[in-house]
Amino acid sequence: MSDCHAGPGTSVSASPAGGGGVVSLKAPALKTVALVGPPNAGKTTLFNRLTGLRQKVANYPGVTVEHHSGRLTSKRGVEVDLIDLPGIYSLEPRSEDECVTRDVLRGDMQGIPRPDAVLLVLDATNLSRHLVVAAPVLGLGLPTLVVLNMADDLAGRGGTLNTAELSQRLGVPVVLVSASKGEGLEPVFEFLDGSLAVPLPAGSPFPILNNLPAGNDVPQCRAWATRLSQGTWKAPAPSLWSRRLDAVVLHPLAGPLIFLMIVVAVFQAIFTGAAPLMEGVEALVTGLGKWIGATLPESPWRDLMTEGVIGGVGGVVVFLPQILLLFLFIGILEDSGYLARAALIADRTMARFGLQGKSFIPLLSAYACAVPAVMATRTIENKRDRIATILIAPFMTCSARLPVYTLVIAAFIPERPLLGPLLGTRAAAMIGLYVLGFAAALFTARALKSSVLRSDGTPFLLELPSYRWPMLRSLGLRLVDRGMVFLKRAGTIILAVSIGLWILAHLPLTDGKSPQIRDSVAGSIGRTVEPLIEPLGFNWKVGIGLITSLAAREVIVGTLGTIYGIESEEDTQGLGAALQKDLTPGGAVALLVFFAFAMQCMSTVAVVKRETGGWKWPILQFSYMTGLAYVCAFAANRIVTAWLS
Amino acid sequence: MQLSGNNRLPHRATLLDLAPGEEATLSELNLPEEVAHRLMILGFVPGSTVSYTRPAPGGDPRVYRVDGADVALRSETARQIHLDRSM
Repeated sequence: MSDCHAGPGTSVSASPAGGGGVVSLKAPALKTVALVGPPNAGKTTLFNRLTGLRQKVANYPGVTVEHHSGRLTSKRGVEVDLIDLPGIYSLEPRSEDECVTRDVLRGDMQGIPRPDAVLLVLDATNLSRHLVVAAPVLGLGLPTLVVLNMADDLAGRGGTLNTAELSQRLGVPVVLVSASKGEGLEPVFEFLDGSLAVPLPAGSPFPILNNLPAGNDVPQCRAWATRLSQGTWKAPAPSLWSRRLDAVVLHPLAGPLIFLMIVVAVFQAIFTGAAPLMEGVEALVTGLGKWIGATLPESPWRDLMTEGVIGGVGGVVVFLPQILLLFLFIGILEDSGYLARAALIADRTMARFGLQGKSFIPLLSAYACAVPAVMATRTIENKRDRIATILIAPFMTCSARLPVYTLVIAAFIPERPLLGPLLGTRAAAMIGLYVLGFAAALFTARALKSSVLRSDGTPFLLELPSYRWPMLRSLGLRLVDRGMVFLKRAGTIILAVSIGLWILAHLPLTDGKSPQIRDSVAGSIGRTVEPLIEPLGFNWKVGIGLITSLAAREVIVGTLGTIYGIESEEDTQGLGAALQKDLTPGGAVALLVFFAFAMQCMSTVAVVKRETGGWKWPILQFSYMTGLAYVCAFAANRIVTAWLS
Repeated sequence: MQLSGNNRLPHRATLLDLAPGEEATLSELNLPEEVAHRLMILGFVPGSTVSYTRPAPGGDPRVYRVDGADVALRSETARQIHLDRSM
């Protein structure tokens, strides 16, 4: 998004280290090693294979690109930091990914040491096109090991590769591996160990390296890559079953049908499949609350634990299974290669709303959470399409809205069959809310794309990767990653808000006693905003919830849990029953509509600010969404109230 | 001059003129430098061989095979990529 923050030196210069010849890198051992390569070369699979669970995700300072780094200890006990850089086709700073990769490799990235060596990962089944990226990377003059991945696929489809000859021509060691099967990795470990003799590429005696084509001259780079692969590489036959699958998946009739079936199946699984797991977690949380209530002596601390912490955080943790399932399905679709086909199928429909096929993937992830969705937009090269996608992503019904929807729907909508046993009123209401969010997203996209974000020239280009079996290992690692992010949020933001709210709900003390919640600090804040939200049908308690849920939507459930938990001594009526007393049906529908549209999520605001490089878009987005939410909730309250009277 | 399709003026063929399964040699990318660069990196280099694999279910975008990979382009882009033959 932002311009490349070019470092001091702007030209790729060959290392001045003269001499050439083979320099053996024995001790001191390598410290930082970067994984570089084009998209779909299996870089991340190799990274996962090498580091396992010892990895962490962060963002590069100032940019949006995620930064995966991990540590491994070699057999000789050498500690190596591996950095998984974004997939790139060149080091020309044309996209943010390319900027980041170039800056890290040159040591211009703040906070990240210049890598001591490079693992250049290329797809052996696509060697001649992937070798194009080798020219600029070798031109950096860092010790490099060329890792040709997908050895199993190459052999399976009748391709061959002469690694010795290619290594000879490139002047750097070349190994053939299968990262997904974990085969052929010994030389990679030796390289990381420093026990593999590695020549410095720049200034080496191999003439081809001294004639590296300029990185920005694509035809020249391609000609160079073709010369290199001629005689060393026999291209594999096109993947037969990728072709056969595409004939079905992209069939004019079967294609869209399969697409719809997959989308419906994912949602079905998330709602019905997650239910027993969620009940399990809920039972655990309730049990824990009861155990604490029974074990601890009566004190403000006990109340803080049961009402504040368990009521607030516990109510949110319940949604972990649902979120993990959603990420599991998205992971399977992505890793298998289907998601690229889905983007292709969706492109025509998305084009009608001024968007493009690549917007489909972020929008689908936004059903889990807008934060990764906004980050996923970086595959969209077209800046305006990308901003439009970022702006509409939070309208998609994210998993944080589920607790709110579930609570209010269960309390106010009686369960009656609509379509026999297939669809009940509650499920229909839920689907209606999903449709509402989606419609708002499309409407907004249309409006944006026909005004301020009219498309510029960047075209839609989509590479369709070969189909592959998703690897359990990388799916698992991703789920652990996402689960930790969610739990961390529950353990930090939501915990802090819950405790803070509980305290505010018990102050000011008079004669050492807490006031009625209505007269507490929290209560008076709620009553201050009450006139503003009264037209929507909300009272001061909902007002407190609206304020706390600015941090994250699901917080309102915790907040109401805390408020009603404090208020009712016997606490047997449950949150839903308590809400029934406090909200009119009109107010309940208005609350649902408000949450469908409002941007109640600080994490999303923060990530949008980071992605768009400033406050302009997030402020606009927040105001627009809140305004729309207010107006529509007001209308909903009026309509429902008039209709019922 | 007749403007009917049968008696056409000399027309430089583009990727849009390929039938599914047909292949041809690229001659020129009539696109802004930025776009041409990205296409060339994906394999659409003048002189290379491209074949038309199949359209997406709606007819657009279309999938082309170049240098062993499938790449999808919208017809507005494919129309600007010229082939080494006339039709």
